[in-house]
Amino acid sequence: MEKNKLASASAAHDEPATFLPDDFLLKNDDELLRIDSNFSTQNYWMNIAKRFWANKGAVVSLFLIFMISFFAIIGPGMNAFSYSDQNLTQKNFAPRIAGLEQLGIFNGDEVLRTTTGVKMVNGYKTAGLDKVYYWFGSDTLGRDVWTRVWEGTRVSLGIAFAAALIDMFIGMSYGLISGYYGGKVDSVMQRFAEIVNGIPRLVIVTLLLLILKPGFVTIVIALMITEWIGMSRIARAEMLKLKEQEYVLASRTLGARSFRIIFREILPNIIGQIITQLMFSIPTAIFTEAFLSFVGLGIPVPMCSLGSLISESFSSFTTHPYQIVPPLLVLAALMLCFNILADGLRETFDPKLKEM
Amino acid sequence: MKNYIIKRVLISIFTLLAITLVLFILLQLMPGSPFNDEKLTDTQRTALNMKYGLDQPLVVQFGKYVINMFRGDFGVSYTISKNTPISQLIQSRLPVSIAIGGTAVGIGALIGLILGIIAALYHNTFWDGLCTFIAVLGVSVPSYVFALALSYTLGFKLSWFPMLYSGDKPFISSVLPSIALSMFTLASIARFTRTEMMEVLGSDYMRLAESKGIYGPRLIIRHGLRNALIPIITVLAPLIVDLMTGSLVIEKIFSIPGVGSLLVTAIQSNDYNVIIALSFIYSAMYIAIMLAVDILYGLIDPRIRLAKEV
Repeated sequence: MEKNKLASASAAHDEPATFLPDDFLLKNDDELLRIDSNFSTQNYWMNIAKRFWANKGAVVSLFLIFMISFFAIIGPGMNAFSYSDQNLTQKNFAPRIAGLEQLGIFNGDEVLRTTTGVKMVNGYKTAGLDKVYYWFGSDTLGRDVWTRVWEGTRVSLGIAFAAALIDMFIGMSYGLISGYYGGKVDSVMQRFAEIVNGIPRLVIVTLLLLILKPGFVTIVIALMITEWIGMSRIARAEMLKLKEQEYVLASRTLGARSFRIIFREILPNIIGQIITQLMFSIPTAIFTEAFLSFVGLGIPVPMCSLGSLISESFSSFTTHPYQIVPPLLVLAALMLCFNILADGLRETFDPKLKEM
Repeated sequence: MKNYIIKRVLISIFTLLAITLVLFILLQLMPGSPFNDEKLTDTQRTALNMKYGLDQPLVVQFGKYVINMFRGDFGVSYTISKNTPISQLIQSRLPVSIAIGGTAVGIGALIGLILGIIAALYHNTFWDGLCTFIAVLGVSVPSYVFALALSYTLGFKLSWFPMLYSGDKPFISSVLPSIALSMFTLASIARFTRTEMMEVLGSDYMRLAESKGIYGPRLIIRHGLRNALIPIITVLAPLIVDLMTGSLVIEKIFSIPGVGSLLVTAIQSNDYNVIIALSFIYSAMYIAIMLAVDILYGLIDPRIRLAKEV
C-alpha cells in the first residue's frame, strides 16, 4: 500500500523516486526498553507538596500568612508600648520611624485640614519628644497603633482558628455520620441542617450575642453554630462517593465497626477536601468577627481585634487616616491570602476540578 | 416538580416557624423586662403586664406572637423612638435599603457579566488575568474595606461624591455605597460567568451556531450567554447573605437611614423588639428568596426538573 502511494505520488510529479542511504534511520527500540525502567515510589504528600509549589499565588499567600502570623506573635513585644496603656498627652501622633525620618517620610508630620486652611502638625516636635517613636502612630487615646494592630491580629487569628477547627470537627462528624448511615438518619439530619441553613447567619449571630456577653468565647460559639454546615456538606458528599468502595467492604468483612470505618478508613481519604474547606472557613470567621466588632458586638475593650480597631478609628478616619490603614490592610491581606491559599489547595487536592 | 415545590414550600414555612419560636424563646430569656423602672409599683407593673398580654400562658402568647408577626405587627419600639410601632419605623426605611441593595445588585451583575465574558473570550491572556484578579479581590476583601477606601479617596480627598447619605440628593449620595456594596456581587458573578461561559463556548451547539454563520455579539449573547446564565442563579444565595450583612456596615459608614442602620442602632441601644422584628424580616426575606431561587432553577433547567421528579 505504502509503496503504491509513493509511486503514484512521484508519478504525479513526473520525478523518479530515488532514495539515498541517508534518508533512512534504523528504528531503535529505546522506547520499548524504557517501559520496564524503575520509578521511585511517589509519596502522596510529596506529590501534593510538588503540585502546591507549582501554584505560585498560593505559595506567596502562604508565605504572607506566615509573615502576618509571625508579627502577630512577636509584634506586640517589639517596642515598649502595651496595647492597653493610654497616654493622653501623646494622642494622635503620626507615624515616625527612626532612620526613615531623615528621608522625609514617617517623620511624624501630619497635614490637617481645618476650616481656616491646611496646617502642618508634628506632635512629637510640639511635645518636645525626640526619643519617642510610634511606628504606626498613636491613636485617639495615645496608644501605640503598631502594638494594637498586631495584638488585634493575634486576637482575630485566634478566633478564626478556634472557630474553624471546632467547625471542622462538628461539620465533619455530622456530614460523615449522616452520609454513612444514610436512609432515615440521613434524611432527619439533612432536614435539620436545611432548617439551620435557612436562618440567615446574621440573625443567628446577632441574637446569640444578645443573650451572651460579647467576648472571645461568645464569638467562637456564634461562629460554631453557623459555619459547620458547609463542612458537613463536603464531608457528606465525599462519604457518599466513598462508602461503596471495596476497601470499606473489606474492612467491614474483617469485622470493623462503623466508628472505625468512618474515622479510620474513610476520613484519611477525604482529608484534602476537609483541609481545603477549613482554609475557606478561616477568612469567613475573620470577616464575621470584624463585622461583629463594627456593629458593636465584638471583643470588649480594652482588648482589641482587627474589626474593633477599624471601627474605633472609623470615627476619625478622615483626619487621622494612618490609624485605620494598618488594621484595614492586615485584614484585607489576611482574607485575600486565605482565599487564594484555599483556592490553591483545592486545585492541589483535586487537579481534575474545573478552573476557578 | 409539583411534589418538589410542595416539599420546598413546607420546609420553608417550617423554617420560618422555627425562627419565630427561637425569637420568642429569646424574648423570654432576655435579661430584664421592659418595665425595669424601679419607680414602678407592683400594681403598676401588673397593669402593664396585663396591657401587653404578658400575664397569659406562654403557649397563648406564642400563638398570638406568630399571628402578629405574620401580619406585620411587631409591637412597639422601647428605646429608639418610644412607643412608635416598629412596622412604621421599618416602612420608612425599607425602601432606602432596597433601593441601594437593588442598585448594587444591578451594577454588580452587569459589570460582573461583562468581566466574566471578557475573561472567557480572552482565556489565558492578560485580560483574563486582570478579570480573575478583580474577582478574587472582590470575593475576599470585605465590602466595608471598599466602602472606607472609596469614602476616603472619592468622597473626602477628591470630593466628587458626598461622604454621607442625604435624603435630598438620593441619587448622587447613593453612588459610593452602591459601588462598595456591589463588589461582592460583581466578583462572584464574574467568576461564575467565566467558568460557565468557557464551558458553553467549547460546546457543540456553539460550533454549530458558528458554522451556520452567526458571529459577533449575536453569537456570544444569544447563543452563549443565554445558556451560561442558568447556573448563575445559584450564586444568588451567598449574594443575598452578603448584601444583608454588607448593608449593615455600609449603611453605618455612609449613615444611610435604612433597615441595616436601624438594626445596628437597635443592637447598640438594646431595643430587643426592634432586633427581633428585623431578624424576622431578614429571615423571611432570605427564606422567600431561597425558595424562589430553588423553584426558578427547577423550572428553568429541564435537567433538574426531570431529576427532581424521579
